[in-house]
Amino acid sequence: MSAEFDQKIHTTLADANLQLAIYTATGRLKEKRVESVAPGILPDYQELRTQANAIKQHSIENLDHYLEEFERNVEARRGKVVYCKDATEVADFVLGLAKERRARLVVKSKSMTTEEVDLNERLEHHGLESVETDLGEYILQLAHERPYHIVAPALHKTRYDVAEIFTRTLHVPNEIVIEKQTAIARRVLREKFLAADIGISGANFLVADSGAVVIVENEGNARLTTTAPKIHIAVAGIEKVIPRAQDLATFLKLLARSATGQLLSVYTSFLAGPRRPGEIDGPDEFYVVLLDNGRTKLLPDRTKRQSLYCIRCGACLNTCPVYRKIGGHSFPWVYSGPIGAIITPQFMGVAHEPSLPFASSLCGACGEVCPVKIDIPKILLELRSDVKKSETREKQNRIEKLAFRAFAFLMTHPRLYELAGRMGAAMAPSDGGSWIRNLPAPMNIGPVRAWLSQRDLPPPPAKSFREMWRRR
Amino acid sequence: MSRDNILHRIRTAIGRSAGQAVADPPPVRLHIPEADMESRIASMIVRIEALAGKAYRADTGKNACATVAAAIAGKTAVASNAPYLAECGITALPGVRSGITDRDELRQVCAAADIGITSADYALADTGSLVMLSSPQEARLVSLLPPAHIAVVPRERILTGLDELFTVLPNPAIQTSSMVLITGPSRTADIEQILVRGVHGPGQITVIMV
Ligand code: SF4
Repeated sequence: MSAEFDQKIHTTLADANLQLAIYTATGRLKEKRVESVAPGILPDYQELRTQANAIKQHSIENLDHYLEEFERNVEARRGKVVYCKDATEVADFVLGLAKERRARLVVKSKSMTTEEVDLNERLEHHGLESVETDLGEYILQLAHERPYHIVAPALHKTRYDVAEIFTRTLHVPNEIVIEKQTAIARRVLREKFLAADIGISGANFLVADSGAVVIVENEGNARLTTTAPKIHIAVAGIEKVIPRAQDLATFLKLLARSATGQLLSVYTSFLAGPRRPGEIDGPDEFYVVLLDNGRTKLLPDRTKRQSLYCIRCGACLNTCPVYRKIGGHSFPWVYSGPIGAIITPQFMGVAHEPSLPFASSLCGACGEVCPVKIDIPKILLELRSDVKKSETREKQNRIEKLAFRAFAFLMTHPRLYELAGRMGAAMAPSDGGSWIRNLPAPMNIGPVRAWLSQRDLPPPPAKSFREMWRRR
Repeated sequence: MSRDNILHRIRTAIGRSAGQAVADPPPVRLHIPEADMESRIASMIVRIEALAGKAYRADTGKNACATVAAAIAGKTAVASNAPYLAECGITALPGVRSGITDRDELRQVCAAADIGITSADYALADTGSLVMLSSPQEARLVSLLPPAHIAVVPRERILTGLDELFTVLPNPAIQTSSMVLITGPSRTADIEQILVRGVHGPGQITVIMV
């Protein structure tokens, strides 16, 4: 485990307020999901999951075909499709267009894909102001943090944190009433919407037969982002394409329920090209950026490519006992929880954070709630075996192997083992009731220490079992 | 160029060649339940009220107009160019601006108005949603910028739900550049999971079914 991962987990576990916040927020989302898919309310829930899975499988198996169909239909409606292989290409495209159109201000609606490529930082680095407009994302942008959760990005922030962030960055009077904080954001961001030259959104679905981008949201900021400025750019991963508009009936019934327990999100926008002759408002220019950024690496393996079915509902996070303890910022990249544990190693390479596929108890809860039926536990197992195979890992572990060898040596040499055991007993706290953290020397090395760092050992007994046996 | 590179990488990874035919996708899954108009309206009301919206029935366009007039009560309003609103007499109410066809003007008026009044192309009974297709009659900002939104919908446009919508409109892109489903008032729960309405879009929504 990297020291950073290790340390972040410890910080999260030690913060009682944060623990409570994660636990309550995920707990609430979890309960609402369960209610909204109950047989009395959605009798065909399981059939819908099966259908969603089948459509995703078919789309990924014929990905090139549907991307080309999508592209043809976008262009038939006077939109443009831009393929980008990585973060630099996305930033270059946006910056190039901004320069040509003399744009200065960009408004953004929530998009994990743009988080992935650090788009805000890249644009701001070149002097283009880029403002997040989802309330949670806006708070995080002001605080210079990344999302804590796919669906509830600022779940780790309290009203007091928000008050501090707003007074410090927006120079408004201290305000701790949540309604009023929301009103402040509405006022500040409304001005940005009306002044912005470009709106950048993500996309929940790309519809091949319509050339449409579908965006779901609750606040209305995505509608404003895609309506008020004269230019709309949607940034989407290539895996987001589905064959037909009619498939939306299946996916829309699952997405909001799995995410927040709503029957539908407040706004579902189906956007196909710039405004048409006669339409009074809407953008004059419409671009869709199709991003690879490592996605094609997930395609060859039939099991692992399922990771690309994800519709980013966040249900697996809310239900995951590990996420609910270690939170979102412990994870090394923008995606956290079970889905983060399976896609991060595949996008970044397993050596990036080799312990990630192990950050799961394999309880299977994630696979059960996934609306598109991704077999997350199975993918985790495959990745674990990849980690084992990875050479880099071998190198990193030379010391750990040594420790294991020493341990094996102890085990096969009873007298030495006994001695080590007695040393442990001698060091155990005398009240016997507390749990030890400071481990006796033999246990404070390599794999044992790493393993123990997330667990507690009962204190060693004052007398070892072997000793008692002998004294009988 | 990245386009050809990416497509090539995809094809190599999934074992396809350019232009290769595709097997049929899984059959579309659309089931339209039987539901008479009374139960559709009843469901609309239950759903909208559950989301803290207001829902009314009106026997005639004239009654709908009276309900709108009561809601305006001295405030300023902007109405879309939907012919149905004019038919009901809503565009002629005092305080209501209508007939705007210029984008910049519409923006200014909508940003200043207290209420936006629209019709809707469809409504979805099982979720209490409005379906708005952008057109010369219905601009997008009228249902978005003002803090309150009132929609006046002839009852025959109430569909059972998503499955019926996508049966009636198998490909909405043919009709419009923008179809929006509106389900309740704008909301957020981003700070401490506390629900706040009206964060960016309208915080109040009223649906009148005629
Ligand atoms: S993996 Fe499944 S449950 Fe998790 S976010 Fe993606 S779609 Fe939702």
